[in-house]
Amino acid sequence: MALAESRGTGRHRLPRFQRILLKIAKTLVSVAITMLGLMFVTFIIGRVMPVDPVLAVVGERATNEVYEQVYREMGLDRPVLVQFGYYLRDVLHGDFGMSLLNARPVSEDIRRVFPATFELATLGTLIGVLIGVPLGVMAAVRRGSWIDQIARVVALVGYSMPIFWLGLMGLLIFYGILGWVGGPGRLDIAYEYMVETRTGMILVDSLLAGNWDVFRNAFSHIILPASILGYYSMAYISRMTRSFMLEQLSAEYIITARVKGLPERRVIWKHAFGNIRVQLITVIALSFANLLEGAVLTETIFAWPGLGSYITTALLSADMNAVLGGTVVVGLIFVLLNIFSDLLYQIFDPRAK
Amino acid sequence: MNRQDISRNPDDPRLGFRAWLLTDTPSSRLHARCVAFYAGWLKLRSNTMAMVGLGILILLVLVAAFAPWLAPHDPLAQNLAGRLQPPLSESHLLGTDSLGRDILSRLIYGSRITLYIVALVALIAPIAGLLVGTIAGYAGGIVDAILMRITDIFLAFPRLVLALAFVAALGAGIENAVLAISITAWPPYARLARAETLTIRNSDYISAIRLQGAGPIRIITRHIWPLCTSSLIVRVTLDMAGVILAAAGLGFLGLGAQPPSPEWGAMIAEGRRFILDSWWVATMPGLAIFTVSLAFNLLGDGLRDVLDPKEGG
Repeated sequence: MALAESRGTGRHRLPRFQRILLKIAKTLVSVAITMLGLMFVTFIIGRVMPVDPVLAVVGERATNEVYEQVYREMGLDRPVLVQFGYYLRDVLHGDFGMSLLNARPVSEDIRRVFPATFELATLGTLIGVLIGVPLGVMAAVRRGSWIDQIARVVALVGYSMPIFWLGLMGLLIFYGILGWVGGPGRLDIAYEYMVETRTGMILVDSLLAGNWDVFRNAFSHIILPASILGYYSMAYISRMTRSFMLEQLSAEYIITARVKGLPERRVIWKHAFGNIRVQLITVIALSFANLLEGAVLTETIFAWPGLGSYITTALLSADMNAVLGGTVVVGLIFVLLNIFSDLLYQIFDPRAK
Repeated sequence: MNRQDISRNPDDPRLGFRAWLLTDTPSSRLHARCVAFYAGWLKLRSNTMAMVGLGILILLVLVAAFAPWLAPHDPLAQNLAGRLQPPLSESHLLGTDSLGRDILSRLIYGSRITLYIVALVALIAPIAGLLVGTIAGYAGGIVDAILMRITDIFLAFPRLVLALAFVAALGAGIENAVLAISITAWPPYARLARAETLTIRNSDYISAIRLQGAGPIRIITRHIWPLCTSSLIVRVTLDMAGVILAAAGLGFLGLGAQPPSPEWGAMIAEGRRFILDSWWVATMPGLAIFTVSLAFNLLGDGLRDVLDPKEGG
C-alpha cells in the first residue's frame, strides 16, 4: 500500500511531502516547548538552592551597599519571570555563566570535556549494537533455546546491576589482577600531549596524526569503560530486537516466504530484519541517550575526564552554574535524540500513521 | 478438572477455605475479590523465577525487621586494630572495612535504608503520577494538554542527571534523595494512568454511574483508580530495581545517605579506594544491591504476566 503510494504520480507525492512537513513543524513546536520547560526546571533548581548567589560573588565580609549593588546587578530584584528571561537569553547564547571553581566560562569547559564523553558513549553503543542485535535476532529465531535463555539472563543482569559497581569489578579483574587493560584515565602519563588535539577524541586524533603507540595506549584505556557501557546498551538493544523480531516472525508474509521456499537465512535477515530496521535505529538512538546518563557514574569510576565527571566534580564543590550547564546540555542532547528517533519512525515507518 | 468438581458445590462446608477461594459463583463482592486474588496468586506461584524474587524480598524485609538480632556486631563500631580483615576471618564472615567495621552487620542494617527508600518512592511517585494522569485523562482539553506537557518535560530529562541536580540544590541526605528520585520517577505513571483513564472514561458503565448522579471526584476515586492499580503495581515493581540502582548511585556519589550510615551505595564508595588490595569492601555491598534489584525484576516480570498479559512477550 505504502509502496504503491510512494511510487505513484506526483499528485500523490505532494500530500505525503506536506504531511511530513506538517509533522516536522508540529514536532519543532513541541521541542521548543519541551526545551523551554527544561530550562525553566533548571532555572528553578538554581533558584531554590540554599546557597546565596550574591554572597558567592561578594564574599562574607562585604558591606551592605556592595551587597545591594551586586544584588541589583545580578537582576535579583526583578520579578522571577524577568529573571527567567535573562537566564533564557544567556543560555540561548551558549552562556552558562562562570564556573565558581576555576573562574572560566562553563560553556568553554563543557566544550572541552564533551568529546571524551562522546567518544566513550559512541564506542559503547557500537559494542552494544554489534553484539546486541545478532543476539536479539538469534534469541527470537530460536525462541526458548539456550541462546534465548542466555539473552534473557544477560538482559536481566544488565537491568539489575549497578553500573558503577560493575565498573569497579572490571577494574579489579582486568586491570588489577589480569593487567589486560590500561587503568583509569584516557592515557598513560607518558603519552599525554603527544598528539595534537583536533577533535578531542583521542582515538581519532591519534589516527589522524598516524601515531599508533598513542592509539594503542588510548584503546587499552577506553576499552573497559566502553565495554561496560556497551553491556548495558546490549542488554537493552538485544531485548528490543528480540521482541521486534518475534512480532515480524509471526506475521503471515514470513509464512508465505517460507512456503515459497526461500532459504531461512534470507527470510530472517532480508524479510523480517529488513522490516525492523527503522524501529531498531530509534532504539539505538535512545540507548545512546541512556549511555550519556550511564556515563556520569562510569566516568567517575574510570576518572574519565568527560561531561559526567565534570558534573559530579561540580556537584561536590557546589559549583551550581557548572552543574546546571551540564544538566541543560545533557537534557538538550536527550531531547534531540528522542525527537530524532521519533521523526525517523514517523517518516520511514508507514505503520506509524 | 479438580477445580470444576469442587466449584459445583461452593457452599459445601466440607470442602473448606480452598474451595471457597476457587468458586465460580462468589457470594459477595469481597468474596469475588478474594477469588480473583487467589487465581492470580496460583498463576504467579507457577512462575519459579518470580517466586525466587518474592522469596528474596521477603527475606530482605525479615532481615531489616530483625537486624539487631541478626547482626553479629554493631554496624558503627570501629576497630582500627582489625581493619580490612578479609572475609571468613574470625567472627567477621564478610570481612571488615577500612575502619574495622563488620561488613555483614553493615549490610544487614543497610537493608533498612534500602527498604525505607524503596517504600517511600513506591508511595510518592505512583500516587503523584496517578493523580496527574487521571485528572488529565478525565478532564481532557486544556488541562490535559498542560499536564501532559509538564509530564513530557520531566520525561525529557535523563533521570539520574535530574536527580543529581535536585540533590545538589536541596542538599545531600536520604530524604532529599527520595524526593529527587520521586520527582524523576512519577512521569511514566502519569502517562500510564492517563492512558487507562482514557479507555475507561468512555465506557458504558461510567456513563451509567454518571446518570445516577456521581460527580467527577467519586468517579475518579471509586471507579477509575481501582482499575488503574493493577498496571501501576506491575510498573512499580519493575521500577523498584531502577530506584534501588538510582539510590545506590546517589549514595555512591556521596549525595544520598551520609557516612557513617551503612547505605550500600555509600559503602561501595568507601571501598573504592581499596579496590585493588581489599576487594571485598566494595564487592559485598554491590552483590547485595544486585540481589535485591534482581529480585524486584524477577517478581515484576512474573506480576506482569499475571496482571497485564497483553504486555508479556
